[in-house]
Amino acid sequence: MPILTSRKLTKRFGGLVAISGLDLDVEERAIHSIIGPNGAGKTTFFNCVTGFYRAEEGTIAFQEQPLDGLTPDRITQMGIARTYQNIRLFADMTCLENILVGMHPHLRSSWLGAIARTPGMRREEVAAHEEARRLLRFVDLRGKGDYLAKNLPYGEQRRLEIARALASRPTLLLLDEPTAGMNPRESLDTMAFIRRLRDELNITILLIEHNMRVVMGISERITVLDFGEKIAEGTADQVRSDPRVIEAYLGTQRGVAELGA
Amino acid sequence: MSAALRTGLIWGTIGVFLSLVGMVEAFAARQVIVGVVSLGHLLLLIISLGSGVRAARQVAAGERAPGAVLLRGLVAGMVTGAVGAAFIAVGPAINLRAMFISATPELFALLSFGRGIAGIPLVLGAGAAAGVLGAAATLLPAVIARPLAVGVTTALTFGLFQELLQIILQEGTIRTAIKRLLFTDDGLPPRGALIVFVVAGVLSALLRGRRGGVRAWAASRPPRQRRVLSAGALVLGVALVLVLPVVGGLFIAQVLVLVGLYVLMGLGLNLEVGFAGLLDLGFVAFFAIGAYTVGLLTSTGEHAIADLSFWAAVPIAVVASLIAGFLFGLPILRIRGDYLAIATLGFGEIIRLLFLSDALRPWFGGSQGVLGIPKPELFGFEFSGPQQLYYLTLIASAFVAFVAARLRDSRLGRAWMALREDEDVAEAMGINLVNVKLLAYGIGGAMAGMGGAIFAVMLGSIFPHSFSLIISVNVLALIIVGGMGSLPGVVVGSLFLVGLPELLREFSDFRFLIYGAVLVIMMQFRPEGLWPSAAQQRELHEERADIAVAPVAEAVPGEAQAEGGGS
Repeated sequence: MPILTSRKLTKRFGGLVAISGLDLDVEERAIHSIIGPNGAGKTTFFNCVTGFYRAEEGTIAFQEQPLDGLTPDRITQMGIARTYQNIRLFADMTCLENILVGMHPHLRSSWLGAIARTPGMRREEVAAHEEARRLLRFVDLRGKGDYLAKNLPYGEQRRLEIARALASRPTLLLLDEPTAGMNPRESLDTMAFIRRLRDELNITILLIEHNMRVVMGISERITVLDFGEKIAEGTADQVRSDPRVIEAYLGTQRGVAELGA
Repeated sequence: MSAALRTGLIWGTIGVFLSLVGMVEAFAARQVIVGVVSLGHLLLLIISLGSGVRAARQVAAGERAPGAVLLRGLVAGMVTGAVGAAFIAVGPAINLRAMFISATPELFALLSFGRGIAGIPLVLGAGAAAGVLGAAATLLPAVIARPLAVGVTTALTFGLFQELLQIILQEGTIRTAIKRLLFTDDGLPPRGALIVFVVAGVLSALLRGRRGGVRAWAASRPPRQRRVLSAGALVLGVALVLVLPVVGGLFIAQVLVLVGLYVLMGLGLNLEVGFAGLLDLGFVAFFAIGAYTVGLLTSTGEHAIADLSFWAAVPIAVVASLIAGFLFGLPILRIRGDYLAIATLGFGEIIRLLFLSDALRPWFGGSQGVLGIPKPELFGFEFSGPQQLYYLTLIASAFVAFVAARLRDSRLGRAWMALREDEDVAEAMGINLVNVKLLAYGIGGAMAGMGGAIFAVMLGSIFPHSFSLIISVNVLALIIVGGMGSLPGVVVGSLFLVGLPELLREFSDFRFLIYGAVLVIMMQFRPEGLWPSAAQQRELHEERADIAVAPVAEAVPGEAQAEGGGS
């Protein structure tokens, strides 16, 4: 039973076809990677799923509910969360505040309740702060709740962004290049961390990644895009040996080396 | 040395500019110290002093030989004087009055100390002396410089506000005794100025270093005593605020009510701009809607539509401005940044023109406005004048500030902050942009509406021309000066930008010149505002990040303990 399905999805920017007729299924509790050269339409696909872009043709369904025409906030409320290729934290808010904003969808207090500071609102705030601290510990940022997000080192910013995404209690998490700019050691840690998300929190992971070592090491299923089209799909071994994939990766020595073929 | 020359030129040009726009001459009418110095001459003196200080500061710390510093001060001051002298020499010969109506013979007489061309050496000498003095001041150790500065500033402040102080000191034996000691009917004479200077200087010298001592002493008390102390300080502060209009008299009360109305508007706009980052240049519309609602509902004049009491009309006015905020927000939901400023600007003007229009005259009275708005009454107590309305404004401001603080620390407040930081990501976090934006406009508008309600009963009549664009600009300026997103900053900003110009009538003619200068200087040297919110301070002073971080590090063991207890 796929948790996310796209059928004949097409997104154009003027004359440029960013995604063309894409069929994609993401199985529940899978770790699924999308790879492809620059400009293949990977991030565009994420933007279509999360409601930032509206696709011209085709449909996307999440847990069999169509997402077409829904605003980003509605889609997040349904259980899809994401991180960004270039980290987009609320830079001038503290780590704790960032996570609390992420928890927005399942907090209930109204503005009138906030003015009156009703017992229900107070309980909810206390519980929310507790959960936010727990999430900080989960991503190894214990005690950094009062730091400004922008003052964290790069790797910690990545983890905070994931914590913020987790705060909305997603069932599907979209990670856009989670290991970008990391050294091999940090990338390994991140891989282990992504596995924990799936194993401990039962979250389905869909990730875009350029680091082939990470992709090949972690993914149960890989979809390869090139010029907005799916050119291959399968396990790491299947994709690695696919001639079209090797060709898409320029056919150069580097491309071959990257794929480990 | 060329830097000193340039400094002198710049400050001299500032002096000439202020003279040409009429500021010096207008200020000359106010004697700061009777028979010694007028505000106009003081302004020129400050410019020459500033030139010297600035030139002295340009000397690198390593080579601060007193001789070099003083020489630079001398050069800068002299050049400043020379620019003034050149103006005196050339100005009267060419007819500047076509452009600068203030370039009168009286101005030149004032600048040359009444001597015309013959006064030029005097101007040069005065400039040079002031420049050296300014430079010398930078050489003094803080132990001496601070009491001197405090003494001079206090004496000048006493001179500037002598009318006000005399009113305050009108009654009571001790007060009248102080008044007779310091003031004459004309103002602050040299003797009074000297007394104030000495007393303030000595007090400052005595208290120096003690202030930290008092804090440390208070902090070293056991928690219970500390709570009593801070409660005592709070009671004292509240008492002071409560007696202010009684002691200060009618005029002070009038000014404070005006400040209070701007605080109400400032808190509302702060919620939109400071919290949610939604720029709004038509904010006065909500103030107008609040005022007209109360006016129409309570008026006994020809436009009366209901004979409600003020207390029944206020909630209606607040709800009306809340709804106006929602409606106002709807068409501009998708607009961002610069475009938002223009769109909101239009809204403010539309509302004003609607109230002014002839077509709607039967309901709103057109330019004749709504007349005969009675003063509010509560259990036989009539809020008849500013001294009574002050308390009404105070209660309303306190209530609104309370609401703003509660909202800031809530889920909605965090959503506003996120919206301010990154609108796209905020939406991706599951925040319904439509809801939070409309709430920001609605609640912010309701706060201004409450201000408008009090404004209506304060004047007893309302006219469309009271709700011009300038009000919106004033409110925006005051929250920038006070500190974006900061609640105390709104109060400080209102006192500074609304209260001060009211007290110094001469200033009010040049209000916008001063606004502009203050804003430019603020952005340069204190962009976070006079009383910044915690977040703003963090943002703009990253070099002090260690300070902000320090208490967190201490808090970690506590958190670890709490965790240990929980698991």
